[in-house]
Amino acid sequence: MKVGLFVPCYIDQFYPQVGIATLELLEKQGVEVVYPPKQTCCGQPMANSGFEHLTQGCNELFIRNFYGFDYIVAPSGSCVLHIKEHLHAAKDEAKAADIRNKVYELTEFLTDILQVESLVANFPYKVGLHQSCHGQRGLKLSGMTELVAPSFSKPEQLLKMVSGLELITLNRKDECCGFGGTFCVTEEAVSVRMGQDRIADHITNGADFITAADMSCLMHMEGILRRRKSPVKVKHIAEILNGEAA
Amino acid sequence: MSNAQHKEHAALANEFNKDATRVGWHDETLWWIRQKRDKAAHHLPEWEQLRNTASAIKDNVLSNLHEYLCSFEEQALRNGVQVHWAADAKEHNEIVLSIVRRHGVNRMVKSKSMLTEECHLNPYLQEHGIEVIDTDLGERIVQLAEEAPSHIVLPCIHKKKEEIGALFHEHLGTPEGNADPQFLTAAAREHLREKFLTCKVAITGVNFSVAETGEFVVCTNEGNADMGAHLSDVHIACMGIEKIIPQRKHLGVFLRLLTRSATGQPITTYSSHFRKPRPGQEMHIILVDNGRSRQLGRDEFRNSLKCIRCGACFNTCPVYRRSGGHSYHTAIAGPIGSILAPNLDMKAYADLPFASTLCGSCSNVCPVKIDIHEQLYKWRQVLVQSGYAPVVKKMGMAGMTFTLSRPALYKIAGKAARWTLGHVPFVVNNKLNPWYHQRELPEVPESSFGEWYAKNRKKKSS
Repeated sequence: MKVGLFVPCYIDQFYPQVGIATLELLEKQGVEVVYPPKQTCCGQPMANSGFEHLTQGCNELFIRNFYGFDYIVAPSGSCVLHIKEHLHAAKDEAKAADIRNKVYELTEFLTDILQVESLVANFPYKVGLHQSCHGQRGLKLSGMTELVAPSFSKPEQLLKMVSGLELITLNRKDECCGFGGTFCVTEEAVSVRMGQDRIADHITNGADFITAADMSCLMHMEGILRRRKSPVKVKHIAEILNGEAA
Repeated sequence: MSNAQHKEHAALANEFNKDATRVGWHDETLWWIRQKRDKAAHHLPEWEQLRNTASAIKDNVLSNLHEYLCSFEEQALRNGVQVHWAADAKEHNEIVLSIVRRHGVNRMVKSKSMLTEECHLNPYLQEHGIEVIDTDLGERIVQLAEEAPSHIVLPCIHKKKEEIGALFHEHLGTPEGNADPQFLTAAAREHLREKFLTCKVAITGVNFSVAETGEFVVCTNEGNADMGAHLSDVHIACMGIEKIIPQRKHLGVFLRLLTRSATGQPITTYSSHFRKPRPGQEMHIILVDNGRSRQLGRDEFRNSLKCIRCGACFNTCPVYRRSGGHSYHTAIAGPIGSILAPNLDMKAYADLPFASTLCGSCSNVCPVKIDIHEQLYKWRQVLVQSGYAPVVKKMGMAGMTFTLSRPALYKIAGKAARWTLGHVPFVVNNKLNPWYHQRELPEVPESSFGEWYAKNRKKKSS
């Protein structure tokens, strides 16, 4: 099995440790992982701002980088959802369709494709899981509180394999953190307030760490936590599952 | 209408957020209603099936709107109801005025109708010397306060009970400082009773109208629509043309969904059917288009016309709860308002589809399964391509795509950004950067993942 590692641009630039953890975690499962070095961005920041028509260059580049792998895996529900829903190319539509079917978010790849049942990881802390909206409601990584349907959670399923980790219960299980891409600067007041409220829920319920399958939500919440000099930290789920210490 | 029409959502939301305690209170109040909705929905194992059925019935309605409306008109005329067609808000208001004038009255009662808010009927009638008394308690409160409703189901949800007490003290003469909800409700009831008994003309909205019978159904919790209609000589019902459903039996689906979604109640206290005028009474129904046919013609947005105005998307929206209804500067706020308003005026409401994180909770609670968050995304594309994006944003986006479609340039730009953050952070860590205003920027790593990979996994790279 040959997997193309898709590292979202902001992870590449600001959170390389998340890319490294993803790579190592997949390699430990015996997967051959290749990182196409000429990758940049999925195009979501432009598309969500109403400029999807300008993403053709990004799309063509993505196809050049990732066509031909058995699977494409990324540590981000949001970027994966964007590729699944919006990767198109006038010249290479068949290739684009192939990629749309083969792209996976990391946790769903671990639970659904690799069917991981155990992990060697120890994280003796109280952890709050933030359900990132695009992963949850878009990729359906977890059940949703709005729907009358059986509850499940792929990220939780994996976190339960980590020894010492205590998953805390939140008052609002799946409320948005307010990052929202360019929303975080164009609607700064509401965005920050949403982030503050999310953090308060984790803190009230005793979290040492907030984790998520999306680093963008965590970057936003980390920004607020650090401004307030809070002892609570954020950690991407790949780092915890890869058995890294706090 | 809100007196802040010219400001955009972000600016109005910013003002609302200056009172952090009020934002917290507003959020918790509406979240409580969302939880009541969840509880009610989870009581019905067939909930998702009901949503699917309601959505399918509305699909059928939207595809056969013309036939159903004609059938409705035929039946209503047979029942002795006078039917009027209004192409837009102006025609609607003129029709109401002409009926009122014919009866020589200068005062009328009106139960809750978001359509009349959409058409700005109250100010229009006032300009023509007609006083309108809103009889829904929440609407009466915002009317006394000279404000617009901030929520389609809970018009005065932005007001605390103490503020309502003060308002009633000023307008209805209740004792100063009394903010007991039961007492204030009784005072309002007393005040409205006199209006009901003396007004000859009553307006109501319409929740559902039935094509096969020509009847219409009005849902209220206060019975104020019934009180108005039964005590008046003239009953005028105003409805958007999308409110039609094919048969009476379909009410069994919609009435079960409506109030569970809206407030978590199993059913509205009053679901009143009006079919024909009682002897001596005049009954009018005004069928209003006001942009609905245009929206029906937009493939990507026609589903928005399925809306039954339950307000569930408001209550679940994390942005609405923290920006307040008036920040949407339109009669129908919230997520559904943000996909309806640009159809009425793209320029005036270009900001609304951007007032969302696209979290998708709205689509999940919608009882008729409107893909609200996907339509928000699609409106963004339409608005930008129609020329309603700010120029600064346009240039930024062009630069971004130029860089992100060129790997070498992306690497240089990334390096430059990291260098800036590491060496001269004050360039970005300042008040002009909306990120930094209340958040720290990420700490700068030594290298990018790409650089790390090239150094550590060179043999493996393809």
